[in-house]
Amino acid sequence: MVNVTLAEFSNRFVYAAMVAYTLAMITFAISMAATRGRDLVPAVAAPAETASGGVAVATRVETTVGGPNDGALPPGRRSANIAMSVTWLATILLGVGVLLRGLSVGRVPWGNMYEFSITSAFAVSLAFLVLSLKRDLRWLGIFVVVPVLLTLGLAVSVLYTDAEQLVPALKSYWLVIHVSAAVICGGSFCVGAAVTMLFLVADAGERRAAAGKTYSLNWLAKRLPPAASLDAMAYRIHAFMFPLWTFAIVAGAIWAESAWGRYWGWDPKETWAFITWVAYAAYLHARATAGWKGRKASVIALIAFGCFLFNYFGVNLVITGLHSYAGV
Amino acid sequence: MGKWLRGAAMTDLRSELTDDGAPQLSTQPVEVTQAEFGITGWLRWAWRTLTSMRTALILLFLLALASIPGSIFPQRGSNPIKVNQYIIDSPTVGRFLDKLGMFDVFASPWFAAIYLLLFVSLAGCVIPRMLAHWRILRSRPPAAPKNLSRLGDYQVVPQVDGQTPAELLGRAHDGLKQSRWRVDLHEFDGQTGWVAAEKGYARETGNLLFHMALLCLLAAVGLGSLAGFRGTVIVREGSSFADTRSQFDSFQPGRIFNDASLPPFSFTLDKFTADYQRGGQQNGAAREFAAKVTVKDEPGAAADDRLIQVNDPLDVGGVKTYLVGHGYAPTFTIRDAKGVVVFRDTVVFLPQDGNYTSTGVVKAPDTVPQLGLTGFFLPTAAVDQILGPHSTFPAPDDPAVFMSAWDGDLGLDSGRPQSVYKLDTSHMQRLGIKAMRPGESWTLPRGHGTVTFEGFKQWSSFTVAHDPGQGWALASAIAAITGLALSLLVRRRRVWVKVSTSAQGDTVIEVAGMTRSEHASVSDDVEALAADLAGRATSVTGQ
Ligand code: HEM
Repeated sequence: MVNVTLAEFSNRFVYAAMVAYTLAMITFAISMAATRGRDLVPAVAAPAETASGGVAVATRVETTVGGPNDGALPPGRRSANIAMSVTWLATILLGVGVLLRGLSVGRVPWGNMYEFSITSAFAVSLAFLVLSLKRDLRWLGIFVVVPVLLTLGLAVSVLYTDAEQLVPALKSYWLVIHVSAAVICGGSFCVGAAVTMLFLVADAGERRAAAGKTYSLNWLAKRLPPAASLDAMAYRIHAFMFPLWTFAIVAGAIWAESAWGRYWGWDPKETWAFITWVAYAAYLHARATAGWKGRKASVIALIAFGCFLFNYFGVNLVITGLHSYAGV
Repeated sequence: MGKWLRGAAMTDLRSELTDDGAPQLSTQPVEVTQAEFGITGWLRWAWRTLTSMRTALILLFLLALASIPGSIFPQRGSNPIKVNQYIIDSPTVGRFLDKLGMFDVFASPWFAAIYLLLFVSLAGCVIPRMLAHWRILRSRPPAAPKNLSRLGDYQVVPQVDGQTPAELLGRAHDGLKQSRWRVDLHEFDGQTGWVAAEKGYARETGNLLFHMALLCLLAAVGLGSLAGFRGTVIVREGSSFADTRSQFDSFQPGRIFNDASLPPFSFTLDKFTADYQRGGQQNGAAREFAAKVTVKDEPGAAADDRLIQVNDPLDVGGVKTYLVGHGYAPTFTIRDAKGVVVFRDTVVFLPQDGNYTSTGVVKAPDTVPQLGLTGFFLPTAAVDQILGPHSTFPAPDDPAVFMSAWDGDLGLDSGRPQSVYKLDTSHMQRLGIKAMRPGESWTLPRGHGTVTFEGFKQWSSFTVAHDPGQGWALASAIAAITGLALSLLVRRRRVWVKVSTSAQGDTVIEVAGMTRSEHASVSDDVEALAADLAGRATSVTGQ
C-alpha cells in the first residue's frame, strides 16, 4: 500500500528544499543589510495615511523600500531578487516533496504532524510568492523564510513519521476539507503574526523618531514599509483568515459529529480552537473599539497566534485528547 | 437611551456629515462615556455599558480565559474516571478544584454567567442595530456634504466641453446605477446639483447576520442538550441491542428528553473486524474497523445487513449509532467436581493499552462456595519481568488468558451495587494462577472443579445519540460564516458628484468619496468616476 521509494524521494526533496530555503534566508539577510532604508520622520511616512484611512499597500511599499528606481538597481535590490528566485526554487522543491509524500501513501499529505507541518510550510511560502507577484514583498521575505525553515526543521527532526496509512478515525473526506482549511489558516496566521510584529517595530520606530528619540530596533524599522501600511496589511490578512478559520472549526465540528456522535465536546483541541477563535475575534473587535486600536489590538493578534501555536504543539504533544493521531 | 440610541439609529446622516465630515458607515454603537444620575440614569448607564463593544471585548477575553482550565484539568463530562483518579491522587487540591468547578468548567455557573452576559450584550447591541440598519436600507444615500474637498478622496474633474451640468449629472447617475450603486440625484438648480451614491450595504447586513447567527447557535446548542440524549453500550459478537433505556450501559438524557422519542430499532452484531499495521514505525496501529450488523428498524421489520464504521454511523430515524471502541471477550466454562457445567459465558474484558492487554472478571455465583476469576486476556501473549503478562500486538495472533481464581463470597447478596469489571476479594481466598490457551483447562485446587478457556469473541462499543438542535446549529454556523465573509470582505463606501457654477461662470465638477470600512479605500471608485466624467474611460467600476 505504501510506496517506500516515493516516500524516500519525498524526504530528499524536503531536505533539498531546506537547503534552498537556507540560501534564500542568507540572501534576504544580505539584501536587508545592504538596503539604505527610509527616514523614520513622519514626513516620509505621511503618504500612507490618507484621511479616509485608506492605504494602498502595494504601491507605497514599492516606493519606500529600496528607494526610487533611477536606472541602476538600488543597493540590496539585486540580492533581494536572487533571494526571491531561490525562494521559488525552494518552494517548488518542497511542493514536489509534499506531492510525493501524498502519492507514496495514496491520500492527502496531512495525516500526522510531520505531514501537516511540511504542507503548511509549503502553503505559507506559496502564498507569499503568489502575493509577491502582485506587489513588492521582498522586505517580508526573510520573515517568511525563517518560520518556514523552523517549521521544516522541527518537522524532519522531532515530528518525523514514516509514510503510513491512516488510522480509521482519520479516514474521511472531512480530513481533506477540515485540515486543508486549518493548514491554510495556520500558514496565514503565521504571516499575519510576522507582519503584526513588524508593525510594532515600525510603529515604535516612527513614534520615537517623531519625538526625536532613537530606538534600538531602528535598523529594522528603517527597512520596513511605513507602520500604517503594515497595520493595514496585517488587518487584511487576519480579516481574510478569520472566516476561513471559522469554517475550519465548523468543518471540524461536522466531522466530530460523524466520528464521535457529537459536534462539540470541549475536547482540548476543540477548546483551544475555540480560544484561538475568540482571541482573533477579540482582535477584530479591538480594532473597532476606541482606545484599543493600533498597538493594543496588535498585541491581541499575537496572543491569538500564540493560542494557535499552543493548539498545534501544546495540545498535540502535551495534552492528550481525542485528537491524538497515529505517531504524532 | 439618549445619546447612544441616536448614535445607533442614525437615520439622518446628513446632519452628522456636515458636523464633522465623517459620518459612520455602519450602525456600530457609539462608545459610552458619561454616566447620568438617579436610578434610571444608572440603569441606563449599566445597560449601555453592557451593550458596548468594550464590554463585549472584555467578555470575549473572559470566555477564552475561562475555558483554559477545561483543557487542562480532566472534565467530568468527557472523562469522569480521570476526575475521580485526580481527586484520589491529590485529595486536598482535587477537592478544592472541584469546589471551584474546575472539573465541570463548561457546565459551571461562572462559565454560564460569562457567556450569558456576552449574549445579552450581543442581543442588546444587535437588535437596535438591526432596526437602524433596516431604516438605512430603505433610506436614500446621504446628500453631498457642503465641502467635498474635506473628504479624503477628492478630485476636481477638468471641464468637459459640450456637456451641460444636467447631462453630466445624468451620466454620473446612470453610470453608477449600472454598476449597482444606490443612487440619489439632486437635479441641477442653476447653481448646483449633485449625485450621491452608496454601495456595500452587505457589509453591515453580514455583520448583523453573523452576530444574530451566534445567538441562534447558542439557542441550538441549548435545545440539543435539553431535548437530546446520548447512551453507550457494549455488544458482543452474536448479541443484540434494542434501543430502549434499560439496554444501555450508560444513558444521559437531556432535561426534557422523552423516552417515547427513542425509535424502536434493534441490531445484532454479527462480526467485528479490525485490521492493523504490521511492521514499521507504526506497528500495531489500527487501519480498519468495521462492525457488521443486522438491523431491524422496528420490531417485526425486515432485517437489513449494514456496516457501521468509524466516520460512518448507522442512522435510524435521526438517531445515530457510532462505532466508538472494541475489545475482546473470552469464553469460559466452569465445571464442578462432578463435571457439571455451572457457568458458561463470554465475558467482556476491557482493553488497557494499545495492544489490547485486557482485564476482566468472571463471577460464578452458583457454585458453593462461590468462585471468582480475575486476570488478563492477551491477543498476542507475552510475559516479562517488568510488564508481567501483556500483549505485544492488538490482533489475536497468539491469544491467551492469565487468570487467578478465588473462592468464598462474591458479595453479590450484600445489596450494594457491584461493578461487573471488579472482583471484591475481601471475603475470598486465592486459589492460584494459571495461563491458558484456547481450549485448555485448569483443574482448580481443593476439588473446585475445572475452568476451561473455550475461545473468545470480539465486542464493539457503540454510542447512540440524538441531538435535535444539530440541524439548527449547522444552519446557524453556515449563516455565521456567510455573515463574517460579507462583513469582513465587502467594502461599504459612498461617492458624490457635485456640479456647480463658479463665480466666473465655469462649470465645476467635483468627485469625492469616503469609506469607513477598515483600511479599504474609495480612491479607485473616485478615480473611475472622475475618468468617466472627463470622458477618459467609459464605465464606472464597482464590485
Ligand atoms: C469540533 C471539532 C473540531 C475542532 C474544533 C477541531 C480543531 C482543529 C484545529 C484548530 C486544527 C488545526 C491545527 C492544529 O492545531 O493541529 C485541527 C487539526 C486537525 N484536526 Fe481537528 N477539530 C475538530 C474535529 C476533528 C475531528 C473529528 C477529527 C478527526 C478525527 C480531526 C482531525 C484533525 C486533524 C487530522 C488535524 C490536522 C493534523 C494535526 O493537527 O496533527 N479534527 N483541528
